[in-house]
Amino acid sequence: MFSAIRPRIASVVAKPAILNAVRPRFFSQAAVARSNIASLHTLTEDEALLKESVARFAQEQVLPKVQKMDETEKLDSDVLKGLFEQGLMGIETDAKYDGSESSFMSAILTIEELAKVDPSISVICDVQNTLVNTLFRKYASEDIKEKYLPRLATDTVGCFCLSEAGSGSDAFALQTRAVKDGDNYILNGTKMWITNSGEAEIFLVFANVAPEKGYKGITCFVVDKSMGVKVNKKESKLGIRASSTCTLNFDDIVVPATNILGEVGKGYKYAIEILNEGRIGIAAQMLGLAQGAFDATLPYLFQRKQFGSLIGSFQGMQHQYAQVAMEIEAARLLTYNAARLKEQGKPFVKEAAMAKLYASQVAEKTASRCIEWAGGIGFTRDYPIEKFYRDCKIGAIYEGTSNIQLQTIAKILEKQYSS
Amino acid sequence: MSNLRILVATKRVVDYAVKIRVNAAGSAVETANVKHSMNPFDEIGTEQAIQIKEALVKAKTGTAEVIVVSCGPAKSQETLRTALAMGADRAIHVESDEELQPLAVAKLLKAIVEKEKPDMVILGKQAIDDDSNQTGQMLAGLLNWPQATFASKVELGDKLMTVTREVDGGVETVKAPLPAILTTDLRLNVPRYASLPNIMKAKKKPLAKFTVADLGVDIKPRLQTLKIAEPPKRQGGKLVESVDDLVDKLKNEAKVL
Repeated sequence: MFSAIRPRIASVVAKPAILNAVRPRFFSQAAVARSNIASLHTLTEDEALLKESVARFAQEQVLPKVQKMDETEKLDSDVLKGLFEQGLMGIETDAKYDGSESSFMSAILTIEELAKVDPSISVICDVQNTLVNTLFRKYASEDIKEKYLPRLATDTVGCFCLSEAGSGSDAFALQTRAVKDGDNYILNGTKMWITNSGEAEIFLVFANVAPEKGYKGITCFVVDKSMGVKVNKKESKLGIRASSTCTLNFDDIVVPATNILGEVGKGYKYAIEILNEGRIGIAAQMLGLAQGAFDATLPYLFQRKQFGSLIGSFQGMQHQYAQVAMEIEAARLLTYNAARLKEQGKPFVKEAAMAKLYASQVAEKTASRCIEWAGGIGFTRDYPIEKFYRDCKIGAIYEGTSNIQLQTIAKILEKQYSS
Repeated sequence: MSNLRILVATKRVVDYAVKIRVNAAGSAVETANVKHSMNPFDEIGTEQAIQIKEALVKAKTGTAEVIVVSCGPAKSQETLRTALAMGADRAIHVESDEELQPLAVAKLLKAIVEKEKPDMVILGKQAIDDDSNQTGQMLAGLLNWPQATFASKVELGDKLMTVTREVDGGVETVKAPLPAILTTDLRLNVPRYASLPNIMKAKKKPLAKFTVADLGVDIKPRLQTLKIAEPPKRQGGKLVESVDDLVDKLKNEAKVL
């Protein structure tokens, strides 16, 4: 039998004539090694150590309290204290202001790891770092920085007050007014949908000092709660319930002119720029949410048997979870790349919008599928899976709705492709 | 004023949460591309040293210098950096790609002890990869120092340590004059996380490197692993009808009577 096969094998193995015509080329190992470009999975040693540390903190200190915080719609004060103690509320802040002096990517990794356990805790950390701290770091005078950054890094929560009842996506239609009065400004107005406002003592309030100038009158004020901010209605929400979302009233609040962040009339610019960055933070939150839901569900597929087989081995299921894993990986790469582009000082607005948009979509699909895969258990409040589904919807809404992200991307493409 | 110098030995091992498998050759546990971290008992040791330092500083009776050491390949430096991020003051890496068995490690640590002259050496009771439970004891023998192993509580007096040990029969308390060896057990403390500010501070802390040749130690393995195999798969249990049936099965099937 083998003698019949052997001559045939010999002819198959013989080198086809065409190869003699082509000079053999080999990929130069040296050329590949010279490029030095690592995969997006590569982290610095510090980033890896931090990721490990936050993951452990989230598992040990946050996880046991997640269900209670969700049911009571209240942030546990020990969890908040833990975030400050671990240095996670002043991640990029300079050490001279008591911050952790770390990179933007470190903040992104922190937000992602926290979201794997509780997206509410993640957004609290995200707003503090990517919106509040960054605004102070970029635009505040030295005096304001010295006064507020250490507090924000060590024990005080801050919040970003832009939206109002009548202005969300149309942010510049805000109505809060600031009237100059000697060395002060008198603030009047109402802000709505403000994350962290239940716990915050420091408020970054966008108000218009000159409505006749339109959006060019919008100015950012640093307001201490002690100046008379009234925190009213706390929203009862579908998801991220441990994160406080309140309405704020300013009735003739007196704010010293020295508390203006940056320059008068530049508030609109600061808001747009900061939201472009903050977007990457939300992308990280949605990414963590998707991964957390996935990690909580997959083990179950390899425990439960139906019809004599593990449900994770049915091809219908295999195709679904393979698809979802691929989409999570794609969201991860979009998010990490946007973060690295920003760190490098390269343009990142389009990529940041893409990351936030896609990650929020992937989070929704993943959470939805996870409930289906876990069946009855997925639908029960006793298990952590259903919470991810409720939490994911906000991803398409805050820090720029999905439609706004699409607009942002389209405008950049239009500029790129039109002559 | 008491100023203590504490040497803490750490080992980089396969992470405790990893589902380990025997490698294709059947010669060892698969370690390639597997998550590694600091041996949990060594984390407890590092934490204990830092707690001793903090207690001395708080009571204003002195301070401690916590030096963490690890013997192993280049990647052991990750373990050292974790310890520095927890709060250790400086690190020593004894670099070697060879297999280091407990006796070799004990000899290397003896060389470091002779250089650094610590008042205490803290080790984990055993590493979770080889479960030898020998290094601390061997080091004590080589140095001719007192040892207190399986510590669940430690109190420091004037040049004296009082240690509560967890032993098979219960709990035993021993006193030992310093310098001495301590090995940690699970209930001694709960190790802290490396907080972000400490991770950043750790970058500036000194890390010294030595080779085995620098220390002049013979690390030749004395033990040879003949075989590694996974434990036999669990068999299902059986229901028995009566006591006689049970005795019969224990005698004839399980062969334990």
